[in-house]
Amino acid sequence: MNLTTSIIGITAYLILAPVAGGLLAGIDRKISARMQGRFGPPILQPFYDFFKLLEKEPITVNKVQDFYVMCFLLFIIITGCFFFAGGDLLLVIFTLTLASVFLVVAAFSSNSPYAQVGAERELLQMMAYEPMALLTAVGFYLVNGSFNVADAVTSQVMAIQYLPGIFLGFVFILTIKLRKSPFDLSMSHHAHQELVKGLTTEFSGKTMAFIEIAHWYENIFLLGIVYMFIAYSAVWSPVIAVIVCFAIYFLEILIDNNYARMKWQIALNSSWVVALTFGFVNLLILYFIG
Amino acid sequence: MTIVLFLILFPLIAALTLLVFKTDAARDIIVKASSILIAAASIYLAVQYFDSKEEYFEFGNVTLSTLMMVIEICLAIIIFYLGIKNKKYLASVLAAIQTPVMVWFELNIGHSITVVNNLYADRFSIIMGLIIGVIGTSICWYSIGYMKDFQHHHHEEPDRRPWFFFLMFLFISAMFGIVFSNNLVWLYFFWEITTLCSFFLISYTKTQETINNAFRALIMNLFGGVGFVLAIVVLGRFYGILELNQMIAMGTMGINVVIPASLLAFAGITKAAQMPFNSWLLGAMVAPTPTSALLHSSTMVKAGVFIIVKLSPVLGWNIAGIMVTMVGGITFLLASFAAISQSNAKRVLAYSTAANLGLIAACAGIGTYAAVWAAIMLIIFHAVTKSLLFLCVGTAEHNIGSRDIEDMDGLFGRMPKLATFMIVGIAGMFLAPFGMLISKWAAMKAFIDSGNILLVMIIAFGSAATLFYWTKWLGKMAAIMAKRENIQSNVHKEEWHVLTLLTLLTIIICLIFPMISSLLIVPYLQTVFPSVSVMALSSGNMYIMSAMLALVVLLPLLFNGKSNRRIVPIYMSGANLGDDLTFRGSMQKDVAVSLKNWYMEEYFGEKKMNLIGIIAAAAVLVSTFALLLGGLI
Repeated sequence: MNLTTSIIGITAYLILAPVAGGLLAGIDRKISARMQGRFGPPILQPFYDFFKLLEKEPITVNKVQDFYVMCFLLFIIITGCFFFAGGDLLLVIFTLTLASVFLVVAAFSSNSPYAQVGAERELLQMMAYEPMALLTAVGFYLVNGSFNVADAVTSQVMAIQYLPGIFLGFVFILTIKLRKSPFDLSMSHHAHQELVKGLTTEFSGKTMAFIEIAHWYENIFLLGIVYMFIAYSAVWSPVIAVIVCFAIYFLEILIDNNYARMKWQIALNSSWVVALTFGFVNLLILYFIG
Repeated sequence: MTIVLFLILFPLIAALTLLVFKTDAARDIIVKASSILIAAASIYLAVQYFDSKEEYFEFGNVTLSTLMMVIEICLAIIIFYLGIKNKKYLASVLAAIQTPVMVWFELNIGHSITVVNNLYADRFSIIMGLIIGVIGTSICWYSIGYMKDFQHHHHEEPDRRPWFFFLMFLFISAMFGIVFSNNLVWLYFFWEITTLCSFFLISYTKTQETINNAFRALIMNLFGGVGFVLAIVVLGRFYGILELNQMIAMGTMGINVVIPASLLAFAGITKAAQMPFNSWLLGAMVAPTPTSALLHSSTMVKAGVFIIVKLSPVLGWNIAGIMVTMVGGITFLLASFAAISQSNAKRVLAYSTAANLGLIAACAGIGTYAAVWAAIMLIIFHAVTKSLLFLCVGTAEHNIGSRDIEDMDGLFGRMPKLATFMIVGIAGMFLAPFGMLISKWAAMKAFIDSGNILLVMIIAFGSAATLFYWTKWLGKMAAIMAKRENIQSNVHKEEWHVLTLLTLLTIIICLIFPMISSLLIVPYLQTVFPSVSVMALSSGNMYIMSAMLALVVLLPLLFNGKSNRRIVPIYMSGANLGDDLTFRGSMQKDVAVSLKNWYMEEYFGEKKMNLIGIIAAAAVLVSTFALLLGGLI
């Protein structure tokens, strides 16, 4: 991918990702509602919520928290830009980690009990998914000889053929990353649960709106990684890849609605076991055939 | 060559002077002047030898060798005596084995081998020289203020500060000796001095605990010393050489040097506190904090990885290389896990040191161009960042009266400047776009390319654990607690000098690391590895990292701590009493809130991790040497 396509990729991401992410959230809520036998809010409800949050009275619990959240949003966007510019997948993962650390520190900075419980759990989730995320990047490198996203989507081979285990492992940790049950440990959409709103307990108004939009940006590039598994040089593959992205997202909604929140021990154990089995075995086979 | 000799001898002179002049005023002046001179000399050396690839010096004569031998014998007698006196007979036994063997060797074999070049300077030793010269002396500078407080806290004890500063400068002298010696007998001489220095530094307060821990360090390092002596004997007896560069040249030409390489690497493993020998480094935490900073950043453990990295061209896919890689990998993984379970800041730092040294060792063990690039980068970044963190913890300890991370709640309010420095240090240890992460990234890529999938798994899981224990510490520091008094004015100015310098270095080195890479590391690697492959990290990614760092540094400066929002109390479930620290619970009772971090004892308990690591690493070492012995018979 050259400079022009990189710039097009970044611009498209910056403008379209929040729109697509918001719509995805709306569809998510609608489908979830239907699964629960409810009518559900309009598809555009996440946008209405977003604009309403922007108009709330600006309050905060300390002076620095909003700064950290701003940084979180900024680095989530930068992460996505690296990704859609066709950049290095490891760079993407490391920048994502930086962004997530800002979010965790924002919650810690409030020194509020529920926010801190959420922060610790968020950290635990990061520790749970990090190995599998790194192994995913390793898998693409072994297939394409490069960490670059651009090289993966223009590759001569379809990555999933060589990385079925890695794909399954990635879909598994995607449940954590998309904050879906059973692994929505660190925060919840509804404040009536045991951890109140967890990580986001002390965020409100504009700050909360930033968190929402950051998640939209994040979800789109996470699905971008799913896309990478399918898309390659064949012209029809992008279509299939987008369909697979939707299918995976639907699967995550299904999982979300079928499970209650599980204990953190299960989140950690299962993600590491998945990385050790699906991830490791897949890589081992790649080394043997490579 | 003069400058190399100056770097070895001048700290020695400074050390002796400090033993003589015992007043505070004199000590302040001597320490400061010597520190500046040594740092300047190490920089001058870098400039002077910048254009030459590597330079070897013949310097040396019979008298000098004899003098070294006499000192060695004296040291052995001291160790023997101390071992008997404190009923640590193993130390005496080890001293009684290695030194007579060494003396026998030198009298019978050693003197007939002509050593052409005793000293040398190449780009790697220049890098090490800069680390020792700048960071080592900064720690001495810091100690001026710190040891005044320390003496004040321990006023019932006799004032042993002359002895302390003597040891610090002697240590620096010996470290310069290690990095500039080409003659292995000389290298061994300096090696043993660092062992003994660390022994005395750890036992500084002379309590039973410190003496026990000092002996543990001594005994483990003496084991390594025995390995070193055996390596010298093997090299002298069977290869007829005593020069490090000749040994490496032989190895790269295809001559089998696996046995001496394994023995030297073994010595490096003990000194670098790799499992199963990591407990000495943990025990060394009982010493005053500058000692820990010195042992962890620029000296001692760095000597261990220095020799391993030096050997890297003859490691790789042979028994020695696999041994180093496995031991390093095991230590990296399990020490990272164990750090999660620690709340004592110094112990977290100690486990993190063991882990990072493990990573360096694993890189050197792989022995490819890219892996060694990562190893040297790790050495540089780790030295700066870890010394910063230790000294921050030292200052915090003297001012908040605890080194427990749980007590660092809201440090940001009480000591904002110190907390900022500490946050830079912590971020420097694990976050993009700081140095340690950049090196880890390169290491990961090198592991993948070398086809060692086990190491790839180890680094993936180890990094996850690293992320966890640093971020939870970071969170504690960042917590904003109402009504905290600012107590930062009590800190000595010398401490601020050094903390500021190291914080700036942490950032600056990350900004200019593409230059360090192209000017120092790559040219060194090109002389060592005949076939140079592609760069470890693409230059594009390197510049992205530098740009991101600039952004991360600029953001807080732009923000400048203002907010026009209304500040409201936090949610506490019960009614917040307004101070954000207590709420009115059931039965109208006021409940104080206390928040604690996660330690996950049942997963990452220290004992369990150490047990697994020690057994696994010991198994690797034992089977390596069994295989080597089997090959001989």
